[in-house]
Amino acid sequence: MKIIVCLKQVPKNDSILRINEQGTWIQDRDLTYEINESDQYALEAALQLKEKHGGEVIALSLGPARVQTVIKEALARGADRGIHLEDATLDNLDAFGISTAIAAAAKAEGFDLLLTGLQSDDYGYAQTGVIAAELLGLPHATIVMDVQATDGGIRVKRELENGFFQWVSMPAPAVLTIQSGINTLRYATLKGIMAAKKKEIKKLDAAGLGLDTASLTPKMQFRRVYVPVKSKQTQFLEGSPAEVAAKLIEKLKNEARVF
Amino acid sequence: MANGILVFIEHVDGKINKASYEAVRAAQLIGAQIGQEASAVILGQGIGDAAAEIAAKKLKTVYTVENEWLKSYTADGYTQAFKQIIEQVQPALVLFCHTYEVRDFAPKLAASLKRILLGDNIGYKIEDGQPVFTRQVFQGKLAADVVPVGDTPHLVSFQIGSFRGDECEAGQAAAQALSVNLDADVVRQQPEERFKEAKAAVDLTQAPLIVSVGRGIKEQKNIEIVKKLAESLGAEIAASRPICDNEWLPMDRQVGSSGQTVAPKMYLAVGISGAIQHIVGMKGARTIVAINKDKEAPIFEIADYGIVGDLFEIVPALTAEAEKLK
Ligand SMILES: Cc1cc2nc3c(=O)[nH]c(=O)nc-3n(C[C@H](O)[C@H](O)[C@H](O)COP(=O)(O)OP(=O)(O)OC[C@H]3O[C@@H](n4cnc5c(N)ncnc54)[C@H](O)[C@@H]3O)c2cc1C
Ligand SMILES: Nc1ncnc2c1ncn2[C@@H]1O[C@H](COP(=O)(O)O)[C@@H](O)[C@H]1O
Repeated sequence: MKIIVCLKQVPKNDSILRINEQGTWIQDRDLTYEINESDQYALEAALQLKEKHGGEVIALSLGPARVQTVIKEALARGADRGIHLEDATLDNLDAFGISTAIAAAAKAEGFDLLLTGLQSDDYGYAQTGVIAAELLGLPHATIVMDVQATDGGIRVKRELENGFFQWVSMPAPAVLTIQSGINTLRYATLKGIMAAKKKEIKKLDAAGLGLDTASLTPKMQFRRVYVPVKSKQTQFLEGSPAEVAAKLIEKLKNEARVF
Repeated sequence: MANGILVFIEHVDGKINKASYEAVRAAQLIGAQIGQEASAVILGQGIGDAAAEIAAKKLKTVYTVENEWLKSYTADGYTQAFKQIIEQVQPALVLFCHTYEVRDFAPKLAASLKRILLGDNIGYKIEDGQPVFTRQVFQGKLAADVVPVGDTPHLVSFQIGSFRGDECEAGQAAAQALSVNLDADVVRQQPEERFKEAKAAVDLTQAPLIVSVGRGIKEQKNIEIVKKLAESLGAEIAASRPICDNEWLPMDRQVGSSGQTVAPKMYLAVGISGAIQHIVGMKGARTIVAINKDKEAPIFEIADYGIVGDLFEIVPALTAEAEKLK
């Protein structure tokens, strides 16, 4: 099975977010980054499928030079090759633009499965994989919790609401968006890190992808980004740990009447 | 914008998903402000009763689309059918509630129309006569106002709970059947029966007090300090998804959109950021307490009592204090 996994680099979960001067996004100065959470599970799913069925895992990331870290991490965990999409015209794309670039690279490479995480932790569009499937003319499934190879295709377990699940079969090639928690992540070993140094990372830009920049014009626009307005009046309790503990128990008892 | 608002009605075997009424309510409110009438569309087979139920709301028309390929939901079937409906009805705005099903096909539908779904919004405002939509970014840590760019139709979904479905205005909608062309080449997914995993061993829905732990706990062994706190309060222990994903606590302790929905007298969130998928599972709690080192954490938006600080200092102090209650 030839599997392409899309890995996005996002600001670390506990980053302090500062809004930029235009008020349209955050400042990217002083941020540290990590691999988007669900993408890590997508990578692990790809590695496990390869271990079972043979084939190849290709880690693909779109973004500035720093996203090479993400690709290298994937190579260290066991991916075979990397593809890095980088071009100034590929900055600040919406999900449609990102999908257009990813779809072009994936199509040129060819694959049996294209995996993405189900949602990015920064923009949170939850769309990139699904749009790519449409652009590539392929079937897809979202919020995937298990993947089985079948004759000529795949059978996947989808998470539904209210504790329901559903198995869905479809022919390959296909696109899947992977839910967090579907497997247990592995970490890079020293051996893996050493081996990664010899693995290839192919760089592609907009021209190399054959992208028509008109297809990348945004279909949505951010007017402003801001700190959310609070809906509830929180009573913040202050003092030493012992003091706040005593205050909280007192309030829960006498004010909220919880006990 | 000329041709009204079209609302997607979701159902399983003719049973309407309550969330769809929230989308109807959103369409009624936005429609009144921008001078557009709202209609609804329901796809499936044997959906007459569901259509009649929706037609009792204040809507212009309820479109029904019956086709054997729409008997069970598939992303391919729904996308193709809905695309053909949009071409026939030509709405200015298409509204959805952001359910798992909508997440599965609406981005594909939008892409097939060379549009983008403005997904997962929590509200809207009107600026220069046009709706501007508000969505969460960075897992609720920031909010963003977004607008569609380009020609109509624009496709927009609202997060579950953003509108009151029970506040839909009543009315009498006209019924209209529309037809679509679908076949086996179009519908590539083959869905099996929906099922539930083995029943949860713990029923958190009945617990009067819950102490819930999130990723702020850092390591599995640290869960013990939260367990001690729960014990001293006589509370059940629960967790956010990453804790259960890591198997630090069993799956049936998970609270949220893919876990249990709880409504205890008190919910104490320890080291939980307050992502929407967690909040939907516990916002019904009567009293919410949050302990978090980040005073900007979204959990504080819904907390009655907040303690900003290091849980590793506060939790033991709280346990000691709770012991005195005994
Ligand atoms: C389709 C879908 C379904 C989902 N379903 C669910 C669900 O059912 N339930 C669920 O919970 N999530 C669910 N999620 C995941 C959800 O989006 C969040 O990723 C998750 O809730 C985050 O968990 P957390 O708050 O424990 O972790 P984080 O977001 O990592 O937050 C950890 C918090 O701990 C704080 N912290 C760190 N160290 C300390 C310290 N020493 N003292 C005090 N505070 C500290 C940090 O400030 C931070 O706020 C779902 C996501 C998707 C996309
Ligand atoms: N710049 C990117 N590079 C690689 N993969 C991406 C990128 N942006 C999004 N993805 C993939 O698409 C998924 C969904 O992202 P989103 O649609 O933004 O929620 C992510 O989890 C990634 O797997």
